[in-house]
Amino acid sequence: MFVDTVVEDKALHKPAFLIGLSVTVLAIFFAFNFTNTIFGEFFSPVIGNPEESGFFGRFVVSFVLSVIFVLNLLAISFARLKIQILIVWFELFLLFLAFAYSFDLKLSFIQSRIGLMISKGLFTTIYISAVSIVIATAIAIVGAIAKLSNNGFAYAIASFYTSLFRGLPLLLQVYLIYKGLPQLGFMVDAIPSGIAALSLCYGAYMTEIFRAGIQSIPKGQWEASRALGFKSGLILRKIILPQSIPIIVPPTGNQFIAMLKDSSLVSVLGIWELMYLAKTLGQRDFRHMEMLLTAAMIYWGLTIILEMIQARIERKYEQKT
Amino acid sequence: MIMSNEITNGNSVISLKGVNKWYGDFQALKDINLEIKAKEKIVICGPSGSGKSTLIRCLNRLEAHQEGQIHVTGIELHETMKDIDIVRQDIGMVFQGFNLFPHLTVLENCMAGPNWVRGIDEKEAKERAMSMLEQVKIPEQADKYPEQLSGGQQQRVAIARSLCMQPKVMLFDEPTSALDPEMVSEVLETMVELAKSGMTMICVTHEMGFAKQVADRIIFMDEGEIVEENTPEEFFNNPQNNRTKTFLDQILT
Repeated sequence: MFVDTVVEDKALHKPAFLIGLSVTVLAIFFAFNFTNTIFGEFFSPVIGNPEESGFFGRFVVSFVLSVIFVLNLLAISFARLKIQILIVWFELFLLFLAFAYSFDLKLSFIQSRIGLMISKGLFTTIYISAVSIVIATAIAIVGAIAKLSNNGFAYAIASFYTSLFRGLPLLLQVYLIYKGLPQLGFMVDAIPSGIAALSLCYGAYMTEIFRAGIQSIPKGQWEASRALGFKSGLILRKIILPQSIPIIVPPTGNQFIAMLKDSSLVSVLGIWELMYLAKTLGQRDFRHMEMLLTAAMIYWGLTIILEMIQARIERKYEQKT
Repeated sequence: MIMSNEITNGNSVISLKGVNKWYGDFQALKDINLEIKAKEKIVICGPSGSGKSTLIRCLNRLEAHQEGQIHVTGIELHETMKDIDIVRQDIGMVFQGFNLFPHLTVLENCMAGPNWVRGIDEKEAKERAMSMLEQVKIPEQADKYPEQLSGGQQQRVAIARSLCMQPKVMLFDEPTSALDPEMVSEVLETMVELAKSGMTMICVTHEMGFAKQVADRIIFMDEGEIVEENTPEEFFNNPQNNRTKTFLDQILT
């Protein structure tokens, strides 16, 4: 959103809002009843045995918690925007850690297997995603040009392709390619068929992104190029595509990030990527949460890195134009 | 060589015979007949929607006509023709909205045509581009991007870009209509200079001062027809048609 030059009062600094918020938070905390948790233990000098404290205990715990919560918000509201964002991020992350911690994780179990998760799982995930992204991009360029061409065959093939591969669930495509092709006599390994499914599916989505990017260039650019005597191929290569790249990059970055995570679907083919390892390594010792949370953190970390790269590329194009 | 012979033989760089054009049911051009010789300067004017832009855009086939014949530099323009790009290389065009390539610098805009389609090497294309930029008096902006320039400067770059192709004809489609008033004169000056150099020019414009100064003939269009065609003196002092008189009254007061 585009910021106005006049600053409104902060909602948190209006007494009515503050009181309303406090009451709501108190009601929610009261409803959840934290008496039998670690908080209840903490308040036992005041409320006695948490189990027997009844309404009084429940109220004291939720009241103190809601006061802390609201005071925390109020304190953050006085900080500068950047500090605010950092603190809120940090606190949410702490909450997430607390959530993970509540599963009674065995850290030594994670330690003993994280090596394999990274050396084999992470590597395979990145490998599959990277190759698929390159192929999908190539498909998307060809598909977009075909969809914009006057050639009936090219348009029909491209639109059939995007319709089909956007119309089927990715998991189904993975199965169809892996199990279907051998029946036709083509033996394909798990990794190539996983890559094929991801490339074809994301190629279809990206075809639409590229098409929209190319179409968003004003027709005056085509006319000026034609008036200079440029042929269509040259116009596309030198005039239209370079201008559509800044428009294509942000949604394509989203596709890359989505694909990285959708690569977990090829785990059904028994490929030793992150998701597959997360499932199987934990299974034997009934330590599911350890491995799943580890995989979650690795996926999240990868996504953050990709987001940072995307932001950097976007900045670069902003500076140039 | 063949092409230039055809021009001198035919004596017309551009010739239109019985040209009709429709957009759906709407007839945009009605029976247009026109001969333009080398080095002639033609100004086309008329109220908006009169078909003047359509006409000039038919001359390099950015628009298609449905009936009649259009010959440019001796070659007929039609739907199934080969090598329209070769014909267009000889016809420069300047647009109302400049249409510079925003991802290329001013210099690169001017080098693109000669370098990419004329097969001229980079060094020579650069020299030619610089000399054209000097001709339109903005060589110092060569390394900037179009959006860093004012409208008048951009339009002069657009003129230079077309001239770098060394065209036989220049088409101007309302080149000053999108400009702030104080920038109109710098573009018109450039066009006057170009006219003095002997370029064949066809200009759609409302700048009647420019028309008086350089035009050999003024063509007045209304509702898709050529209503009147005359020398500037006759056109302004002794208009024949009532529609011309009304138009001149409106535009000159």
